[in-house]
Amino acid sequence: MSLRIEIDNLAKHFGEIKAVDGVSFSVRKGEVLGFLGPNGAGKSTTMKMVTGFLTPTRGTVRVCGHDVLQDPIAVKASLGYLPEGAPAYADMTPDGFLKFIADIRGLSGKEKQMAVDSAAERAQIKHVMYQPIETLSKGYKRRVGLSQAILHNPPVLILDEPTDGLDPNQKHEVRMLINDMAHDKAIIISTHILEEVHALCHRNVLIANGQLKFDGTPHELEAMSRYHNAVCVSVVDVDDDSLVAFLTALDYVKEIESLPGARGFRVYPQNGQQITAELSQAIRNNNWQVDSLYAEHGRLDEVFRTITMGGAK
Amino acid sequence: MMNMNNIWFIMKRELSGYFATPVAYVFIISFLLLTGFSTFFVGNFFERGEADLYPFFSIHPWLYVLLIPAISMRLWSEERKSGSIELLMTLPVSVFEAVLGKFLAAWAFTGLALLLNFPLWITVNYLGTPDNGVIFAGFLGSFLMAGGFLAIGACVSATTKNQVIAFVLSLIVSLIFVLSGYGIVLDFFSSWAPVALVDAISSFSFLTHFDAISKGVIDMRDMLYFASVILVWLFANAIVVNARKAD
Repeated sequence: MSLRIEIDNLAKHFGEIKAVDGVSFSVRKGEVLGFLGPNGAGKSTTMKMVTGFLTPTRGTVRVCGHDVLQDPIAVKASLGYLPEGAPAYADMTPDGFLKFIADIRGLSGKEKQMAVDSAAERAQIKHVMYQPIETLSKGYKRRVGLSQAILHNPPVLILDEPTDGLDPNQKHEVRMLINDMAHDKAIIISTHILEEVHALCHRNVLIANGQLKFDGTPHELEAMSRYHNAVCVSVVDVDDDSLVAFLTALDYVKEIESLPGARGFRVYPQNGQQITAELSQAIRNNNWQVDSLYAEHGRLDEVFRTITMGGAK
Repeated sequence: MMNMNNIWFIMKRELSGYFATPVAYVFIISFLLLTGFSTFFVGNFFERGEADLYPFFSIHPWLYVLLIPAISMRLWSEERKSGSIELLMTLPVSVFEAVLGKFLAAWAFTGLALLLNFPLWITVNYLGTPDNGVIFAGFLGSFLMAGGFLAIGACVSATTKNQVIAFVLSLIVSLIFVLSGYGIVLDFFSSWAPVALVDAISSFSFLTHFDAISKGVIDMRDMLYFASVILVWLFANAIVVNARKAD
C-alpha cells in the first residue's frame, strides 16, 4: 500500500467545543491534498494532531504505518511540518537554525551540510543565511520555515498555509517548489486560497465545524457548483425576446438568466450535462451569428460557501 | 530511553541563544559586580581577617533568588509566546529530552558565571592560606543550589507565555524555598509549632543544605536533597510543558 497518512475518525474536543469531530481521510504517495475550510473549521487542529503536537480526544492517525500515539518519535521523524505562522527561533540565523534542525534530524558531517544547502537553495533563502531570522521579511520567514520542513527530505509533508502572507511571485515560487516535490511524497496543504486548489492539489478535503464535508478531486468539487457546465452566450443582431424564447424551447436547457452588466444570457443545463456543442450547433442552425459562447467550469468560492455555510445550519 | 544527542543539540542551541543577545553579558557582569560588592562591603571580607570565602558564599542564596529567575524566565515562556514550541515538540525529540537540554544549558551558563569568580579565590590564596577543600565544597554547593533554583524557574516558566510573570512567580517560589530556613521565619514557627514541624520546614530550605556544604561538610544527604529538588521540578516541568504547550 502506498498510503502514507491514514486518519480515522479523528476528534479533538476542547471542553464543550468540538474543534474536530470525527474526520477520516487518507493521503497516498505522490498526492497533494488540499485541506480546505473556513478559519476556525479545525484545519490547524487536525494538522496538529497528525504531527503529534496535540493528543486526539479520539480516533487514530498513522503516518508511514506508525501510530502517532504509540510511536510519536517515528511519526515525527518521517514528516516535515510547517506550523501555522512559520514559527522559528527569532534570534538565530537561518544557517544556525537549519543546522540545528539537521542535528535533531540525525544528519551530520557532509550529509548535514548538503541537506542545509539544498533546503536553503530550494526555498531560495541562500542570500539571507547569516541574518537573524527576526530581521527577515514575512515572506522570507515563511520560506525559512518551509526549508526547515523539507530539510531531511521527508516522505510526508504537512504545510499549514504555506503561502499565507506571500506576494504573488513568492506564492508562485512556493507552489513550484511543492509541485517539484509532489511525485515522491504525500503532502497535505491547508489553505483558504481557492486558486491553489487548481494550482497545486490533486485532491481536496473540505471541512467545516470540525466535520468532513467533501473529499474528492478539484474537478469534482467544481462540479458541485450550480454554474458547472453553464454556458454564457450572446448572439449578434437578435433581440433578447426571440433568443430567450429559442433557448427556453431547447429540451436540455433548464434555466436562463441574463448576464449582469453585459449582453447575453447564462444558460443552465438539465442535470449538469455538457451542452456547449449542442447549443452552438443549434444557434448556427438558426443562421445566427455567435458573438461569444463559453462554458463555465464552476465556481469554487460559491461551492465553498454553499458547503461551509450549509453545515452551520 | 533518552537520546543523549538530542539533549546535547537542544542544550547547544539554547546556550548559543544566550550569547546571540546581550543577555549573557549583562547577566555575567551583574552577577560578578553583585558578588564582589556583597563580599567586600556586606560580608566584610577584609575586616573579618579570615582566609576563607564564607562572606562570598553566604550571599549566594539571596543573589540567586533575584538573578536566577532572570535566566530561567525565558526558557519555556518564550517558546510558547513565539510558537516555536510547536516546532520543537514536532521534531523527533521527547518532552523530557527538551526539558533536560534546556535546563542543562541554563545550568552550564550559571556554572560559567560562578567560575568567573575565580579572582576571589586567587585573592584569598594570595592573602592567606585558606582550606581550598572548603572553598571547592562552597563552589559545588553553590552550583547545586543554582541548579535547584533553575529547575524551579524552568518549571514556572512553562506555566506562562509572559516572561515578566515567569520572573515574578519564580522569584516568589524561590524565596519560599530559601526563607523556610531563615532564622526569623523559623523563630516565628518555633514559638507555637511542634519541633518536628519546624525541623521539617527548615529541612526543606535551600539555606540549611547549602550552609552545610559551604562550610566544607559534603554530606550525601545534602547532595541528594539538591539532586531530588532538581529532578522533581524537572519532571513537573515536563508535565506542565505537555499540558500547556498548545494553549
